[in-house]
Amino acid sequence: MLLAMENVHKSFGTGAAAVPVLRGVSLVLEAGRTMALTGESGSGKSTLLHLAAGLETADSGRIAFDGAELAALDDPARARLRREGVGLVFQQFNLIPSLDVDANIAFQARLSGRHDPAFAALMSRRLGLEGLGARYPEELSGGQQQRVAIGRALAARPRLVLADEPTGNLDEVTGDQVLDLMLELVAETGAALLMVTHSPRLAARLGARLHLRSGVAG
Amino acid sequence: MHGAALAALLSHWRRHPLQLAMLLAGLALATALWTGVQAINAEARASYDRAAALLGQDSLVQLVPERGQTLPEGVFADLRRAGWRVSPVLEGRLEAGGQRLRIIGIEPLTAPPAAQPLPIGTTGIEGFLAPEGLGFAPPATIAALGDAAPLPLNSAPDLAERTIIADIGAAQRLLGQEGRISRLVLWPGGEGGRPLSEIAPGVIAQQPQPGGEVARLTDSFHLNLTAFGFLSFAVGLFIVHAAIGLAFEQRRPTLRTLRALGLPARTLATVLLAELLVLALLAGAGGVALGYGGAAALLPDVAATLRGLYGAEVAGALSLRPGWAAAGLAMAMLGALAAAGTSLWRSARMPILAPARPRAWAMASDGTARAQAALGLVLLLAAFGLALWGQGLVAGFALLAALLLGAALVLPLGLSLVLAGLARAAGGPLAQWFWADARQQVPGLSLALMALMLALSANVGVGTMVGSFRAAFTIWLDQRLASEIYVTARSEAEAEDLRAFLAPRVDAVLPIWSVPARIAGERADIYGVIDHATYRLSWPMLEGLPGVWDRLDAGEGGLISEQMARRAALRPGDTLRLPGGWEGLVLGVYADYGNPDGQVVIANDLLLALYPDVPRLRHALRVPPERIGPVMAELAGEFGLPEGAMIDQTAVKRFSLEVFERTFAVTAALNVLTLGVAGLALLASLVTLSGLRLAQVAPVWAMGVTRARLAWMELARAVMLAALTAVLALPAGLALAWVLLAVVNVEAFGWRLPMLFFPWEWARLLALALVAAALAAALPARALARRPPAEMVKLFAQER
Repeated sequence: MLLAMENVHKSFGTGAAAVPVLRGVSLVLEAGRTMALTGESGSGKSTLLHLAAGLETADSGRIAFDGAELAALDDPARARLRREGVGLVFQQFNLIPSLDVDANIAFQARLSGRHDPAFAALMSRRLGLEGLGARYPEELSGGQQQRVAIGRALAARPRLVLADEPTGNLDEVTGDQVLDLMLELVAETGAALLMVTHSPRLAARLGARLHLRSGVAG
Repeated sequence: MHGAALAALLSHWRRHPLQLAMLLAGLALATALWTGVQAINAEARASYDRAAALLGQDSLVQLVPERGQTLPEGVFADLRRAGWRVSPVLEGRLEAGGQRLRIIGIEPLTAPPAAQPLPIGTTGIEGFLAPEGLGFAPPATIAALGDAAPLPLNSAPDLAERTIIADIGAAQRLLGQEGRISRLVLWPGGEGGRPLSEIAPGVIAQQPQPGGEVARLTDSFHLNLTAFGFLSFAVGLFIVHAAIGLAFEQRRPTLRTLRALGLPARTLATVLLAELLVLALLAGAGGVALGYGGAAALLPDVAATLRGLYGAEVAGALSLRPGWAAAGLAMAMLGALAAAGTSLWRSARMPILAPARPRAWAMASDGTARAQAALGLVLLLAAFGLALWGQGLVAGFALLAALLLGAALVLPLGLSLVLAGLARAAGGPLAQWFWADARQQVPGLSLALMALMLALSANVGVGTMVGSFRAAFTIWLDQRLASEIYVTARSEAEAEDLRAFLAPRVDAVLPIWSVPARIAGERADIYGVIDHATYRLSWPMLEGLPGVWDRLDAGEGGLISEQMARRAALRPGDTLRLPGGWEGLVLGVYADYGNPDGQVVIANDLLLALYPDVPRLRHALRVPPERIGPVMAELAGEFGLPEGAMIDQTAVKRFSLEVFERTFAVTAALNVLTLGVAGLALLASLVTLSGLRLAQVAPVWAMGVTRARLAWMELARAVMLAALTAVLALPAGLALAWVLLAVVNVEAFGWRLPMLFFPWEWARLLALALVAAALAAALPARALARRPPAEMVKLFAQER
């Protein structure tokens, strides 16, 4: 069991102004499996993803990554978990604008001490980024930027890839191409994938699906 | 419509109070530094004008002695009899009540209206001419003198400090100058039939000098102050530009919405302009008040400097003059307009469908950066050209401006190149990101870093200039003040007794006898020296003919001071003409720092032959160090000389160095303030950029770098950028020092100093810059370290 969430609650704000976002959500994701997280806007999908990555902490409930309770980890330990175990892909790409494509792809792998230049080059080739290595993010199209983001997430050989609407900013054709690539590469590297999406069509291509409605699974 | 638009725009400042504070503080500080300097200059100039107008020097021809300080009173009678309408004036210094007073004696019945001191008419002339006399002095001087006043005094608020005006008879008595006058004031058209040279040989006509001679002498000092005031103002404007530029970028969505809702572009620009002018008025008023306070605090030092350097009397208290207050407000408005010009222009021309998302304000386009650097290089080339071919003080200041502005404009490119190199050489991913991200931050911080560079260059430049000056001045003092004791007799008879008394008791008695004169149209003093090893070994000679001392002793010519050599374009070997018709050679040129007047040194025998009436009162004594105390005690016991008549070398040096330090106190204060303003500019930029920084920092945090570590890196990045800026500021500062020493000082004062280097001073400045940067970066870094994750993740969840 790679990722386990049990009866997780999360609210934003405090006191009377507190807005509950997740209300007792549970899920289990095994290593090497894929799962889609669907739901309307504001249903808590992104929040759940952030909790799984250790970017935020839950108010109550249990979240475990590879058996380690996230609530028991301090900030540096959670940072290490993200660095070494998790690959993140965002809707806004969130590349590092000051680094070129090659440096962006290698960045997390180098952070975690797992940089393998040959693997990074392979990733770059598989993502169709050959010849773009010296370019900066601002010089790329949206589809190219998202492929760099996927390369960055996978080049570190994470056990879990968390993707927040990775095709949300792309047109349908480009989005399909990007998702195809991501699913292929996730399968090749043996990572698990938890992906937030609005699209039932894309969700159907993943192994499992969890639908959120106003912070409740169902 | 205007009201609603203004309310929408002003709401931005409510949401960003710190930005508003930075904008107002930047403009207020810039205005304060500028108006402070202007206030000091205005006060000093008003003092000179009052002094000159009082004596009619600004509008009337004065008849003055060609050499010596006074004329016999009989000249007045001779000229009057020959039909010349003239009025006598006597001027001199008097010690009373611990004050060194300037006594001016006039003859009110014959003085032309333009030379009539104002208060006499209001008090009646009887008291003025009464046997016991009546003087006029400013209230502060009357209060300071108390019972020690040398004659009954009436208040005359317009007079300069420590000045007393009295009837010429009373002045002659007070100054011990019975039967003597300093000069004659000529009525307009008052020349008689016979020429002046026939009636009064040795008397020459001096044309009116607007503002007086003092104003001319001090012009360069005030120009220096103005230049520094302007530099501080420019540094302050960097803050304003940064704050306004950021506010514009942050308000782009609002501006677009206002346009989309039907507000015409012209109205929008008008409302933005009105908002800016109101803010400028507020900040300007604060700045003028601050400037007044600063000027009032600095004025006593400036007054002491002007008195020490030029003998110029400046009132020690500052009056609020509407002129500079209005000029200060106008500068604030103009400065705000200059700083906001591009933002206003862009908002007036912005298409309605311009992207609502803030353009990456921090990331100026490559084209802009390249154009800026190119302009900087052109300015540096212009500075080089001015250094080679420029003439005069204005060219000197143009060179300074081109050099500083050019260096500041090429700074971003220089930093970018250095950081790119460091990023390539970096090992780990975080180190690589650190340098690459720093490079990307350069455009956003460039204004603040340019301000820091200007301030640091000014500090290095002025520090090197003052340090070089201090070192040269100290060595020069040792050379010029080689004798151990200086003694002044009260009369010629006492002087003769002194020389006889001292001959067996000391190694040498060196006369310091001089006569004031006008040489090549300039005020100068002619000194005589005897042939002695003291001069041969230690005279601060800059250049001289072979065998200069032997030829001097033989009466072949004289030595002249450096400033006189430059002003009169004289070099060794040229002809030297002295009053009375004597001609000889310029045998050498020597350093005479801090003296506005020219100086000539000839053999003492020649001096006595040419000017037999030279006062022979002052002497320098050479004694072994252990004999200094005993000799002074013996002199005091035998002759009962007053304290001021007998000075040992260390006291003279101490006093000279005190004058020197005071001279640069104002410059040092302005330097510190400029550095402070630059630090504030850096803080303003870092605080305002911190919001935009999140987009760069948050992805790195998401990939597993803690907020605390990122905050330290942010701090280190700011400190590193300041350090690089300081390193690049060093050559600019040294170039500035060279311009100050080799161009501006030579043009302004007439002397050139050797340039020395002070690495410890640079290290101190570097440390100061690093501390300023660390302090400026601490606030945003702390905010990042404490930023809740919920805010960080917003960046990934939605468009910012």
